[in-house]
Amino acid sequence: MERIDARPRVRVPRSASPGEVVLIRTLANHPMENGERLDSDGERVARHIIHRFICTFNGDTVIEMEIEPSLAANPFIEFEAEVPESGTFHFAWHDDNGDVYEATADIEVA
Amino acid sequence: MTISRRRILAVASAGLAVTLMPLPAQAATDAGDLIARFTDGATPGEGPLTISAPQIAENGNAVGVEVACPGARSIRILAPANPNPEVCTVHFGPRAGSRTLSTRIRMAETMDVIALAEMEDGGFVQASARVRVTIGGCGG
Repeated sequence: MERIDARPRVRVPRSASPGEVVLIRTLANHPMENGERLDSDGERVARHIIHRFICTFNGDTVIEMEIEPSLAANPFIEFEAEVPESGTFHFAWHDDNGDVYEATADIEVA
Repeated sequence: MTISRRRILAVASAGLAVTLMPLPAQAATDAGDLIARFTDGATPGEGPLTISAPQIAENGNAVGVEVACPGARSIRILAPANPNPEVCTVHFGPRAGSRTLSTRIRMAETMDVIALAEMEDGGFVQASARVRVTIGGCGG
């Protein structure tokens, strides 16, 4: 399966107060080929999706997702995290082809 | 033996019933199976689970859906009429700020989108939202 230029993007506030709940938005470029589509020759295009997404904060899980072909192309995932202290969010999108697209975002908590 | 009009009608309607029956029965079984797969056979009840989706989606390629369920350990989204009815399952970790997820899903046709939540006490709850889809989004 071809390599995808997923260019993952995340939106996380730069700062928060201790224990605050912050909104996190993520977007990755990916066709999420669902394995149902036919190409111009009438051949079925093989499934090729992001099947897993994980967000952690300072090593602790925020959310973990199992993803199926019915998620839309260019997966958009929005959720909330609680931040007890300053630190780093880590995001990982796992592709069927074995690639892992990663992003990080720092937040100052005071 | 003469074949009466009544008999023809009876046979015809029986045939019609057989032709029509499997579709709704099949769909109902499938949704039930999908739910049972997540709940391990338990029948989900009602609870604080909400699912928000547009009543009408012009484009089934990307329909915004939000699920929320205070006290949930994980939430699964199902689009039962899709070729791949399971959409995603989210597990909330210790740093989750709420038990909420927003995403965009594919919808092949008009259907009830189902959300299932597994609660921290081990119980299951279910909610659904009807979405009318103008143009299907599964490219089948």
